[in-house]
Amino acid sequence: MSHNRYSRQTLFSPIGETGQEKLKQSHVLIVGAGALGTSISEILARAGVGKLSIVDRDYVEWSNLQRQQLYTEEDAQNRIPKAVSAERRLKQVNSEITIQGHVADVSVEEIERYITGVDLIIDATDNFETRMLLNDASQKYNVPWIYGGCTGSHGLTFTVIPEKTPCFACLLGAIPMSGETCDTVGIISPAVQMVTAHQATEAFKILVGDYDGLRNTLLFFDLWKNEQASIKVASMQKKECPSCGDSPSYPYLNKENQTRTAILCGRDTVQIRPPHMFERDLSTLKQKLQRLDGKVEANPFLINLSIDNQRMVIFKDGRVLVHGTKDITTAKSLYNRYIGG
Amino acid sequence: MTLTINGNAMDVPETVSSVSDLITHLELGSKRLVVEVNQEIIDKSMHAEQQLTNGDRVEIVHFVGGG
Repeated sequence: MSHNRYSRQTLFSPIGETGQEKLKQSHVLIVGAGALGTSISEILARAGVGKLSIVDRDYVEWSNLQRQQLYTEEDAQNRIPKAVSAERRLKQVNSEITIQGHVADVSVEEIERYITGVDLIIDATDNFETRMLLNDASQKYNVPWIYGGCTGSHGLTFTVIPEKTPCFACLLGAIPMSGETCDTVGIISPAVQMVTAHQATEAFKILVGDYDGLRNTLLFFDLWKNEQASIKVASMQKKECPSCGDSPSYPYLNKENQTRTAILCGRDTVQIRPPHMFERDLSTLKQKLQRLDGKVEANPFLINLSIDNQRMVIFKDGRVLVHGTKDITTAKSLYNRYIGG
Repeated sequence: MTLTINGNAMDVPETVSSVSDLITHLELGSKRLVVEVNQEIIDKSMHAEQQLTNGDRVEIVHFVGGG
């Protein structure tokens, strides 16, 4: 508090000095460091949340800069992993808190590892499969999470409190078809900021313990069409829900239900995850790939291989992104040809 | 008839009489939705049965994956 940096926030009476101390003692897990993730992590870091863990599987590209507020042209130029760049920037914003970036794809093993000691999970992902995973983990470990989603000029958000509200599976039913998740219609930055404004405010309420202040509705808006809706969804809670019902099975925490390949949102890219987590020896792989008839570029976090009009990005955590295809079989055969199982 | 949809007045053609018709009219048929009519949530199984009348307040929210 030496620099009085939180004075305007502690003057706000629902937070106050007591609330500020609670924020300092809190640990928030932010899953995804794209548009929603960069926006909300900056809000929470500036607000003095004591520990932030940020997980993201991707690296910075030029098309991110229009809305992903923590990244620079240099990050895009050098293909810096988002979790690395976000951690670096947020540490400049607030050096008094703990910030950990993890370059990883969040699946069962990762969520069970990262959820330990966490007070709240913020959904900043771009797909429903990961959200269902967060939803099950939230129920199993009794940690609240806040859904956020946006495309075009609209967005929506809902706060899931285990044992108090319906869960995401109650509201959504099954996972929508993949086409639904892809942002082919684009996105404007204000839609992102509107979602994170709501997510962050709900986060503050939870972290300072003001549960009575929570919104308790599914909130929807369209900033361009001037639409909004705030729906009370308490009646949608289902006793037979496999995630939050009377005898939950947490289906999305079952590894057998997890895909090993994923088509990335709107990117014409397939991600391949090895069956087990391991740390790839990038320098050895780089030497091997340099013997091929292609172009190899590397930074400490990943290798970019361009060969035969294809492009692959190989991460230290074992994952590979195959660009220029939506076809999983094509992606797998390229993976096997150049990198191997 | 005129409905208030997500806070805005909208004229819908006469072919729209049920919640299902409205969803089709708005081209939201392929999406995961939450529908509320006059502050009451309409379960998906009731969309075809639930009739709409002039002046109804309808909230239609579809889940989006982007982020």
